[in-house]
Amino acid sequence: MLYLELFIQGLVQGSIYALIALGLTLVYGLLRILHVAHAALFTLGGYIGVIVTNATGSFTLAMVVAMLVVGLAGMLMYKLAYEPLLSQPPYVSLIASIALFIASEEIFRIAFGPYGLSYQTAPLQGHIELFSGFYLKYAEILVMGLSTILMIALAWLSMQTRTGVAWRATVTDPDMARAFGVKIQNVRYLNFFIGSSFAAAAGVLVALLNNLVEPTMGSVASYKALAIIVLGGLGSIRGTLIASLLLGVLESFGTIYIGHLLDRDAIAFAFLILVLMIRPQGLMGGKL
Amino acid sequence: MSYEITLMTTMAISVLFALSLNFITGFCGQISLGHAAFLGAGAYTSAMLSKADVPFLFTIPAAAICAAMLGAIIGLASLRVRHDFLAITTMGVGFLFVGIIRQQDFFGGEIGIAGIPSSGFGKGGFMLICIALALTFAAFSLYVRRSWMGFVFKSIADNEDVTRVLGIDVSRYKLIAFIIGTGTAGVAGALYAHHFRFVGPDSFGFVESISVLAMVIVGGIGSVWGVIFAAALLSVLPMLVQFIDDYKLLFYSGLLFAMMRFSPDGIAGLCTRLFSSIPRRVPDNGGNNR
Repeated sequence: MLYLELFIQGLVQGSIYALIALGLTLVYGLLRILHVAHAALFTLGGYIGVIVTNATGSFTLAMVVAMLVVGLAGMLMYKLAYEPLLSQPPYVSLIASIALFIASEEIFRIAFGPYGLSYQTAPLQGHIELFSGFYLKYAEILVMGLSTILMIALAWLSMQTRTGVAWRATVTDPDMARAFGVKIQNVRYLNFFIGSSFAAAAGVLVALLNNLVEPTMGSVASYKALAIIVLGGLGSIRGTLIASLLLGVLESFGTIYIGHLLDRDAIAFAFLILVLMIRPQGLMGGKL
Repeated sequence: MSYEITLMTTMAISVLFALSLNFITGFCGQISLGHAAFLGAGAYTSAMLSKADVPFLFTIPAAAICAAMLGAIIGLASLRVRHDFLAITTMGVGFLFVGIIRQQDFFGGEIGIAGIPSSGFGKGGFMLICIALALTFAAFSLYVRRSWMGFVFKSIADNEDVTRVLGIDVSRYKLIAFIIGTGTAGVAGALYAHHFRFVGPDSFGFVESISVLAMVIVGGIGSVWGVIFAAALLSVLPMLVQFIDDYKLLFYSGLLFAMMRFSPDGIAGLCTRLFSSIPRRVPDNGGNNR
């Protein structure tokens, strides 16, 4: 019973990781940037979610607004922060991104106070009993459901539409795609919009699960999401999804059984280092 | 006078720590996002030995050896990964270090180790020791950069594959850079522990790793003088200006971002461009390490 409960908890956590890490993978696959500041967009999503829900009372509206606004913020971040750095060596954009992330944490702290915000009346806090003694919160069902829907929507977009074809072509070979008339710039904007809005969805969902948004909520997400995309083999979407769920489940078991040796975050990185020693290209990465 | 001594001591420790990272990241081109772990390893070693009545001066080499051993292990592991994978792996090492320290009562757990005995040299004497060690390592860095080893480091930083083709044992030199850099960070850790007389897991986390990387990058990656200048400036600025202390992280990160945006080769690069009519060679990365 405990096993099943841990497993489900792991899947819920893993779905959140997947939503966050997906945006990072998209950015890495296209631009080869380790986009640490992605977690700032995740936090922004959480804040917008709570503020709009408290102001209007509609959680659905909050989710939509958060995804749209944060998606635009992501595009803006690309335009202002990353585009000028594309010609520099990779560590430059990595450091710039870390700086951006730390600065945003401070700005959240200054703007909304250090103690965070909560929902006035948190939606979806009820639960159903699947079978005797085993409860699942509505919020947890929503997390798994919404992530699945968003993933399927993304898969449809990239596989079934012309935009998706252009996108995949750009990831594979930017120069060739440009030669075939794909507007690289638009693909990059789209990339940042989708990745950021997924992060916003994750932020709203995490705010719902914890009934709290705080300035530092992104810190764990940012570093762990990096671990996940590296684990999955940088740039591989399939690898990222597998790594997210695997890590979610592993953590939920690990916290119970080896929690006295390592804390939760350390488990993730111990696993990461272990995997990289055996497969330096990550779980699903191609040959280096 | 006591205030100035504290200031100078902090400065010297930061310079030593930043130079130790510069040895790995600047000279050898191996980015590290978890360098504070080695500062921590040195600090904990020195703190625990001091509490067991080992004289301060003996704890310094012990801290260096302990940190260097850890560095050698991490270095060996890091040989398998490159570029972005290396950055994340070293970041993981930092989190692993804090995660382990936090959970072990042996290391004082969350609370850390307080009441570390004083160095026994008085504040002034301790300051002189710190400055002497920082200057010694600065001189050593300048010497290495002109030596055969320094050329190999530079070559590895520029293009690892070509260096290997030239018949140079890249792994060996990377490991040497790692061991010297982490060992020195351990020395800085020993000084740190006896300066603040307290060590805790939060002192060696990711923020600390980023701060020291900021010093190296703001100074100009690989430039000894630039790094000394930036480390000295950035370590005491928050103490001198109260406003900056309140918004310390915002200031640091803003500076770091501005530096990356407008002068990725740091203060050293800025000076080179300002005072030289000959255009500086643009680092050629050719996209091959992306």
